[in-house]
Amino acid sequence: MSDKLDPLSRRILEVTQHGIEFTHSPFKKIAEETGLREQEIVDRLKQMQNQGIIRRFGASIGHRTIGITANAMCIWNVPDERVEDVGKVMSGFSEVTHCYERPRYPDWPYNLFTMVHSYSKKDCEEIAGKIADATGIYDYRLLFSEHEFKKTGVRL
Amino acid sequence: MIRLDEMDKKILNEIQLEFPLSVNPYAVLAERIGIPEEELLKRLERLNNQGAVRRVGPIINTRKIGGTSTLIALKAPDSQTHEIGEIINKHPEVSHNYLRPAEYNIWFTISAANRERLDTIIKQIVEETGCPILDLPTKRLFKIGVKFDVR
Repeated sequence: MSDKLDPLSRRILEVTQHGIEFTHSPFKKIAEETGLREQEIVDRLKQMQNQGIIRRFGASIGHRTIGITANAMCIWNVPDERVEDVGKVMSGFSEVTHCYERPRYPDWPYNLFTMVHSYSKKDCEEIAGKIADATGIYDYRLLFSEHEFKKTGVRL
Repeated sequence: MIRLDEMDKKILNEIQLEFPLSVNPYAVLAERIGIPEEELLKRLERLNNQGAVRRVGPIINTRKIGGTSTLIALKAPDSQTHEIGEIINKHPEVSHNYLRPAEYNIWFTISAANRERLDTIIKQIVEETGCPILDLPTKRLFKIGVKFDVR
């Protein structure tokens, strides 16, 4: 059962999701718009973070801009009975930012997806190699992103 | 690529996790990092203008607010990838969209209030592009935690 979002929490998310200002009091304008005090907004954001509604409040880095241009979607064909164990091992690598199990299709046997970002393709390949050795899964590929069409993050 | 000095890198590493949720967050951060707040704000402005910092804000967990999402793999003809990428982009519910050379070469995520809405958007995109797709929703989430180690 997922939490429903109350109107005020929703409003606060709507106005902050595009980013807060880089000023001494970034919540001042939002306070004026919503009629809340700045501290109330901050408390509500903290509460949503504790509830898991906000995964993380912080900076989204433009990783391509800072040279992290190798972004590999590593896809793995893992025997179903090993998915749980392998998923956990893969997640233990700090270089792995995302790890998901997804469904297979007749022309798509890969069921585990991990994102690995680094400064070079060689880096990513080395990391994938380490993951393969740690899990014993060698049926894998690296799909590098050649172009970013869009990245806005989840919006309400 | 943007030029980063050691202080920029320190800031970039510091503001991803553990961002202080307080009324004057940059004052708190500046003290933590050991620079005047004014300098921190000036550097953040530059980093933001140059695209090194996209934004500071909440990353929303769709599932926690009753929504749902999926990853779509799409097969586009190589000569039309950019055109098709743009068609997909027009949908506001598409949050990430990347070109990854492979048999399925356009990969994008969609977030919506429910599965029905997701299916409607997918159907629209298939109609608009005429391309085959794979619908790859999350069966199980093992990890999600984006933190870039800025060197």
